[in-house]
Amino acid sequence: MYVAVKGGERAIENAHRLLAHERRGDRSVPEVTTDQIAEQLTLAVDRVMTEGSLYDRELAALAIKQARGDLIEAIFLLRAFRATLPRFGSTRPLDTGAMRIRRRISAAFKDLPGGQVLGPTFDYTHRLLEPPVSDPPMPATAPAPSEPTPRVSDLLAADGLIETTAFPASPDGAEQPPGDLTREALSFPADRDLRLQNLARGDEGFLLALAYSTQRGFGRTHPFAGEIRLGDVALEMWSEDAGFALPIGRVTVTECQSINQFKGSATEPPRFTRGYGLVFGHCERKAMSMSLVDRSLRARELDEEVKAPAQDEEFVLSHSDNVQATGFVEHLKLPHYVDFQAELGLVRRMREEHARRAASSGTANVVDDTREAAE
Amino acid sequence: MTVTYNFAYLDEQTKRMIRRAILKAIAIPGYQVPFASREMPMPYGWGTGGVQVTAAILGPTDVLKVIDQGSDDTTNAVSIRKFFGRTAGVRTTTRTAEATVIQTRHRIPETPLRENQVIVFQVPIPEPLRFLEPRETGTRRMHALQEYGLVHVKLYEDIARHGHIATTYAYPVKVDGRYVMDPSPIPKFDNPKMSDSPALQLFGAGREKRIYAIPPYTRVASLDFDDHPFERWRHHCRCALCGAEESFLDEVITDDHGSRMFVCSDSDFCESRRGEATTSPEAVSLASDTETHHG
Amino acid sequence: MATLSPGFADPVLAAQATFRGVMDAVARPCTVVPLIDTPAAPPPLCAAAAAIALTLFDHDAPVWLDPPLAQVSDVAAWIRFHTGAPIVTEPAVAAFALVSDPAGLRPFRDFAAGTLENPDTSATLILQVTTLEDGPALDFIGPGVAGRATLRAAPLPNGFAEQIIANRALFPRGVDLLFATRGSVAALPRSATLVGEV
Repeated sequence: MYVAVKGGERAIENAHRLLAHERRGDRSVPEVTTDQIAEQLTLAVDRVMTEGSLYDRELAALAIKQARGDLIEAIFLLRAFRATLPRFGSTRPLDTGAMRIRRRISAAFKDLPGGQVLGPTFDYTHRLLEPPVSDPPMPATAPAPSEPTPRVSDLLAADGLIETTAFPASPDGAEQPPGDLTREALSFPADRDLRLQNLARGDEGFLLALAYSTQRGFGRTHPFAGEIRLGDVALEMWSEDAGFALPIGRVTVTECQSINQFKGSATEPPRFTRGYGLVFGHCERKAMSMSLVDRSLRARELDEEVKAPAQDEEFVLSHSDNVQATGFVEHLKLPHYVDFQAELGLVRRMREEHARRAASSGTANVVDDTREAAE
Repeated sequence: MTVTYNFAYLDEQTKRMIRRAILKAIAIPGYQVPFASREMPMPYGWGTGGVQVTAAILGPTDVLKVIDQGSDDTTNAVSIRKFFGRTAGVRTTTRTAEATVIQTRHRIPETPLRENQVIVFQVPIPEPLRFLEPRETGTRRMHALQEYGLVHVKLYEDIARHGHIATTYAYPVKVDGRYVMDPSPIPKFDNPKMSDSPALQLFGAGREKRIYAIPPYTRVASLDFDDHPFERWRHHCRCALCGAEESFLDEVITDDHGSRMFVCSDSDFCESRRGEATTSPEAVSLASDTETHHG
Repeated sequence: MATLSPGFADPVLAAQATFRGVMDAVARPCTVVPLIDTPAAPPPLCAAAAAIALTLFDHDAPVWLDPPLAQVSDVAAWIRFHTGAPIVTEPAVAAFALVSDPAGLRPFRDFAAGTLENPDTSATLILQVTTLEDGPALDFIGPGVAGRATLRAAPLPNGFAEQIIANRALFPRGVDLLFATRGSVAALPRSATLVGEV
């Protein structure tokens, strides 16, 4: 007997209770704390802060716990919280040249001022599955570096070997404040400031796949890992009252500058071009992918033919956001039966017509047309 | 950590931005106004656009109704109604006639709307030309120049191939003779309700960051051809619960032998009718009931 | 600053009520809609226009003031203090224009009409009028109007009929008009078409 589908409210409440229960798992096992997540799952926390666009380790750890370790869900939680925060202003651009370095490598030079600093990396570990030591020996220490650690791109720029105008000046020459795609809907063509913001918030897996595709020939840009640096940088805000910039704290960032395919012309000597990646915390894979994709997306301004997916800004920027993507893909779980009924009615009607035609002509062609699915 | 939220969740600056977009949307019927959609505490694709529009217009004296698939108690409708009950403390109702603001996904209520009502549609893909031209740069130009030939070609290809226009929902309309507009994925049965409605119709697409509108008493024509006029469609039978012959019906499979029944998709409409009179269930037929409408 | 009059007593709910009034007005051209909660504004800014300003203006919406308003420094100070909106002197970059003397208003074409691709990037002109009941009758048809609607606002800008016809011809580009008086508002969005004798 048909029972009208009632009780949606109770179903939701019960589902929430069950979810909380499953999140807790076996209650005889101690509950994981957000401190433990913040201290021991640091790379997950870094990714959630980066793609969540909010630098707050404590909240990111809470989001990861609440999301049962589903990082895209955790990113979503952080973004939704971020959207409710008041905006007091913008900091001055970060000076990553003045970074307190924890890791710094360049694949373009054997050695360079400030040296190569390997830092905490999986790079040369052997991937043998073994339980980690719970009380590892304290790390070796080195004396604080006496010489500065200039960025590789600045060293090359001093000789004019790499482009220096990272952002095209506006027509009247005035410096324009960077755009903000959380305050204004993205429109195309999008300038590099908005593209970089979009990539910084973009899904690591999506950017990784796009970056990989450029290396395999889909929009090749001949990248060298000019420099990857990880460390703390100072945040400063300009104070009208004080008349100078006030330090408001430090954040950990990973920066990647790729050195790419040179360009020159009859009037201009050849010089390398660059791609840029900057993320919160230690997200090296993401920073590198971002710099490769950034360089690919500059095809239009560098007069390169746009033919690969990673060069297509509308394709890349419209699909990079995993909070948007997961929402829309997963919304197919919502009921669509009204539209499906309408579609069903048409298919039944066409099948009847088809059967009548087949009966009268004695043939039976198979209809094999397909249609796009539900919205 | 204590977190307090503003009335109707959104902060005032966000509301102002959305309100300015709504006013431009009403002034340019059917045109999609870009807006800086915010991350909402529910997923994109689950009504974030509709929720932002509702949050920007809702006041303490409003009475809110939320439906999904025509029904007030589908899970997403329940969830959104609870959200506004909690963040705005507004009165909610399931009765179409009592509501001042109706947020909907995929249906327009059967009960005709009135002048003092606003209906807010949740929209997944606001661009009616998107499946013909995936690029925003392309579709924006097509709207600017009223280059709508491709839509007609697409509909005509359907006729050539299937003998029918094969679009059954999200059936494109032209608003006041100017903009081709996506009515959101309502069944085309509901399209004629959009034209000349006494109520204001607002559309919010959160993920795609667009707001658009149909003012009251505005001509909304479903695209068609002289030799293939627009056709409304519903299951050709009466509601098994209330006996309605004019409402859009859901097909419900009742056992594993393929038995089925048809009931009103608009749960309030059905319940109101059952409150007024009791009708015996109707024998089921699978044929279609098709009415012809021009524009 | 100390002499500035206050804004809305309840900024959240008053802005919502005012917006619903303005939204109703734009959705139903020529209809006179009451605004319930209006603030005390520095003259010659009228209370209804001030309520609209508090509801729709902020730092993302540049505002142009007509000369009589621009002459009174309290008006700009009040708007800046309560809304944060930048006051601009170039009409073409304004999202909103506040006009206390409609008869002396410069031509509509000096304000942003938007582009064909983005017609929403156009100005909304807020005209302070002395009446919405007793002005000359002008009939309009179009979206939001069942049959015909009559505007009775006065005073109106010079050559109003010709200007409004020219504005309609730009559609989907064009400016949108709000008429504010004492406790009411009426609107003439660009979609409204003037009919009858001109």
